[in-house]
Amino acid sequence: MNRDQIRSKIAELLGDITDNDDLALTDETTADDVDGWDSVNHVKLIVALESALKIRFDSDEITAPDNVGALVDLIAEKLPSA
Amino acid sequence: MVAPFVQLPWLPAAPADFASLCRRFGSGEGPAGAEAQRLSNFALDATQSGSLSRAIARRRKAKADFAPLSPFRLGLLSNATTDLIADCLPAAAARHGVLLDLVTTPFDQVMQQALDPSSETNNAGLDAVLVAVDHRWLQLDRSRLGGGDEQSAAALEQLRTVVTALRGNRAAPPILQTVPVPPSPLFGSYERRVRGTIRTMIEDVNRGILDLADETGCTVLDTAALAERIGTDLWFDAVQWGAYKLPFAAEAGPAHADMVGRLLGAIRGKARKCLVLDLDNTVWGGVIGDDGMEGIKIGQGSAVGEAFLAVQHAALDLRDRGIILAVSSKNDDEVARRPFREHPDMALKESHISVFQANWSDKASNLESIARSLNIGLDALVLLDDNPAERAQLRAALPMVAVPELPQDPSWYPGILFAAGYFEAVTFSAEDRIRVQSYASDAQRAEVFATSRDLGDYLGSLAMVMTATPFDVQGRQRITQLTNKTNQFNLTTRRYRESDIAAFDADPAVWTLQVRLQDRFGDLGMIALVICRTRRDGEETAWDIDTWLMSCRVLGRKVEEAMLAEVVAGARETGVARLRGTYIPTAKNGMVAEHYSRLGFSMVEEATDGTRYYELDVARYEAPDLPMTVRHGSVRTPESA
Repeated sequence: MNRDQIRSKIAELLGDITDNDDLALTDETTADDVDGWDSVNHVKLIVALESALKIRFDSDEITAPDNVGALVDLIAEKLPSA
Repeated sequence: MVAPFVQLPWLPAAPADFASLCRRFGSGEGPAGAEAQRLSNFALDATQSGSLSRAIARRRKAKADFAPLSPFRLGLLSNATTDLIADCLPAAAARHGVLLDLVTTPFDQVMQQALDPSSETNNAGLDAVLVAVDHRWLQLDRSRLGGGDEQSAAALEQLRTVVTALRGNRAAPPILQTVPVPPSPLFGSYERRVRGTIRTMIEDVNRGILDLADETGCTVLDTAALAERIGTDLWFDAVQWGAYKLPFAAEAGPAHADMVGRLLGAIRGKARKCLVLDLDNTVWGGVIGDDGMEGIKIGQGSAVGEAFLAVQHAALDLRDRGIILAVSSKNDDEVARRPFREHPDMALKESHISVFQANWSDKASNLESIARSLNIGLDALVLLDDNPAERAQLRAALPMVAVPELPQDPSWYPGILFAAGYFEAVTFSAEDRIRVQSYASDAQRAEVFATSRDLGDYLGSLAMVMTATPFDVQGRQRITQLTNKTNQFNLTTRRYRESDIAAFDADPAVWTLQVRLQDRFGDLGMIALVICRTRRDGEETAWDIDTWLMSCRVLGRKVEEAMLAEVVAGARETGVARLRGTYIPTAKNGMVAEHYSRLGFSMVEEATDGTRYYELDVARYEAPDLPMTVRHGSVRTPESA
């Protein structure tokens, strides 16, 4: 998975969780920019990413990353390199 | 291969555009029940469950009609974060015929909510409260090698306090859950032999929870069995607990919700009643029409034959606990029956099958006719069929019939059938055990009818003995079950918990009647109930008939007439001048719309919602001739009458 694919996966899951049909994310998007991306939905997003991508986040990684780009980087490190 | 339990492998995979289907459903109009149920019947993950639950919530807010789902208001008390549970529950409940209204309370407020008479839990008009506390709340998360027994006792005392408080504050009846054992053995295999280890303490507490539930009339959610099934390594997620206080792994959410949904469905009388079996490649290997008696694979000696034998044993075990078996197969009748009659290795015999449909019509019409001849709804059927095309067709034609997905290998069939939880129970009574026997006797009764000249002749030849008794402790379980399971011959469809029934016994203003019936073919067990509540009308005392229900198996036998004679006799004894009957229409009880008029009551009012009110003047009633002997139970003897 490249960074763009990871970002679309995040957008897809976050869109499902916040009932937003066409959610567009850039690396610079933060939680404050997205309607409904609150702390509860962040937990749902993290566990949904864990199930979908078969990865696990560590306790110290879970507090919301600064922006979508940072989350993409974190996931990219965890995925087997293509 | 079969997917693990957390992925709900008995359900078909959700379509790729599931989230947008949910959004469309959420903003739609018109009746919502059938579509909610259709969308719930996929193997949903946590995110998909959330999409459906939110869509259901939106439609509930818009006051959509959710029939045939039964509304259920459930309170949730927990010492952990419940947002993810709340996301999964309404979707899973719809799968089991329940429209869930979940009332969650703030994090870790279990005791406060239970004890404070003004708390939301005690005032929200709940149907039940799930007390979802785990080993951490019960302080069983550390071993106490010096004082394990005291610690277990304290944990049970804590739970008892919650139950007593909820009961005392007249909140809804509690649902208790068993406690899963976390995988952290201090001693390894020796763990179980040391008092005060986490495992020995929790196992003591779990036994105590069952006793507490028996004593206080609580339902039990077996969370420990669920965690065991999923595997406690997966169930207990240290990171998710530490970071978000999730009580168990998020991945287990849909399976947990399905377990809760089953339980609520069973409380609402929605558990399935009949297993319909396909034959070729479902109960034996091969095709009887092509392979013949010698060619089909069944019985000991080969892995495949043993796998199909295990399917038959599973069906027989279900039959032993009161589930009706039926057959629907595309075959010639004679050909399909031959293995049942002649094959020495068949565990299933013709006599085990209450309705046998082997023909070339489509399965949907066969299932309809099975439901009709058993007098049960299509939503009480489960179809086990190896053929994916037949399954898909049946689901499309009759979405209310449960049809589990099956893998290629028949070895998995029994496991999938049990995993799906179609036959969830909240009680198990002596009547369940004899019910199957009595369905088989029905066939013999039908034969007698065929040789009888008229109805009176037929009823007389059955040599019926009706036993009429007030409610008692022995009957309590079955009485509760009847109020929850009877949908068709049920005038008011009021559901009661065992504790409610117990309360009636103690209430001098409530008069009760339980009816058992026997005939020359066997004991039909307890088949009907009446509950009357006393009401003063000026000088006059009247009885409101709160509940009148009867099992459809004894329709057309004048049991209603005999019951009215009993009610009137009771009324006269207590100086009651008037009986008031109520008929509250539902989707299923149309057959009793004219019940009271048929018995000679006069209608006094019909409300706009179709509810009808009737009255009968006790003084004017004359008992008819009845084709049965009536006996009275021990409490009310003929002498005192």
